[in-house]
Amino acid sequence: MCLSIPSKVVKIDKERNVAVVDTMGITREAGLELMEEDDVQIGDYVLLHIGFIMNKIDEEDALESLRVYNEILEKLDEEERRSLVEEDDNCPNRGA
Amino acid sequence: MSQLQLKDLYDGFRNPEVIEGFAKLINEEAKKLPKPVNIMEVCGGHTHSIMKFGLPQLLPKNINFIHGPGCPVCIMPKERIDHAYILAELDDTILVTLGDMIKVPGSHGSLQDARAKGADVRFVYSPLDTLKIAQENPDKKIIFFAIGFETTTPMTTSLIDIVIKKEIKNIFFHINHVTVPEVMVELIDSRDEHVDSYNNRIDAFLGPSHVSVITGSKIYEKFPKKYNRPVVVAGFEPVDVMEAILMIVRQFNEGRCELEVEYKRLVSYDGNKKAQALIEKYFEKASLFKWRGLGNIPDSGYRLKDEYAYLDAEHIYADILPKEEIEDHKLCICGDILRGMAKPNECTIFGTACKPQTPLGSCMVSSEGACAAYYKYGNLL
Repeated sequence: MCLSIPSKVVKIDKERNVAVVDTMGITREAGLELMEEDDVQIGDYVLLHIGFIMNKIDEEDALESLRVYNEILEKLDEEERRSLVEEDDNCPNRGA
Repeated sequence: MSQLQLKDLYDGFRNPEVIEGFAKLINEEAKKLPKPVNIMEVCGGHTHSIMKFGLPQLLPKNINFIHGPGCPVCIMPKERIDHAYILAELDDTILVTLGDMIKVPGSHGSLQDARAKGADVRFVYSPLDTLKIAQENPDKKIIFFAIGFETTTPMTTSLIDIVIKKEIKNIFFHINHVTVPEVMVELIDSRDEHVDSYNNRIDAFLGPSHVSVITGSKIYEKFPKKYNRPVVVAGFEPVDVMEAILMIVRQFNEGRCELEVEYKRLVSYDGNKKAQALIEKYFEKASLFKWRGLGNIPDSGYRLKDEYAYLDAEHIYADILPKEEIEDHKLCICGDILRGMAKPNECTIFGTACKPQTPLGSCMVSSEGACAAYYKYGNLL
């Protein structure tokens, strides 16, 4: 019940207080009753749950997480390469 | 032009390489742990994610998951399901509820069974769908059977708000909303009492994702302070869960006990204030709510305030809705599973008499239930 998927706002209908959102290429409507007026704009990333927008996704924060993950991967990759080189340096069959 | 693409929000937090990367970091960090750490993921959404992505396999032996009770369908006692069944059977009613409730067995059967016998039961995606049903059936009483934790509570109050403002006369509510912090306290207290017999104390909590979007992380303040348990609020994606576990392990290694938020892209300290105001306007805490398998927990559920009793199906139909408590299936150990004292595969009827197609216990009914998750993804264990 809780596994809401991130969606992007593509249209807002103020009259009916709904937003049209794109969820993995599928377009649906979501109620804006839980959001402050004018808080949600076209292009915003939002979290949708049982027909309502619950909150906006903080883009900066999401980007920051993804940056951190990339750094972790780069660091691990470097460590891996280093250990491969060290392994090679200590290869007992050198010169065989 | 935004730097962030929609697919980054899916793929970026499911990247297998990043999951592996965190697994390495956790394994390194866990070597320093003085004793094993038992982490309770309170929420069924996390249980599902943990099992689906096979995360236990990636973790060292000294980090264990204890599956929590955070599945609104699983904790629904038979008495409440019977209420829905009885209301659905009335000639002039249509019972509306979320799809999660379809197969949950009460003592008369499930709502699916009620429908097969001719009762008018409608399973909807959103509470807002109730409005259309009411409009199309002006001569019927539409009863919305409301379920869920803090995540879905404001959606029910939004519907109440619309019903009142538009003066819709044929929509009523049967409220079964429950709250997370009270059940966390109950689990700590009851398990600490039995710590000798169960020997697996809850050492830390993985805080629910979407409950926290609504409530804010502030509701967990007391756990590190008063109960000495760290809480890390985590997103549902596997990378989120792994990152949160690393944060928990680091807290233990650094001698800290804090409330932290891994899911910062959606969870603030204060949460969604508009949603909270809606809940406060229409609901008050019920003195007791009986949780399936856990019993009565004080202040853990919501009820409609007295001034809205005219919308409250429990009040309107009080003379036909039974109040007696009902025992659960004798062989089912859902109670122990919801307390985190047993794993699903320790149940004698797991996967034999009790399967997702023919659930005897509530934890097998919903995809968020621990038993259903083990049944579906158990081969990964």
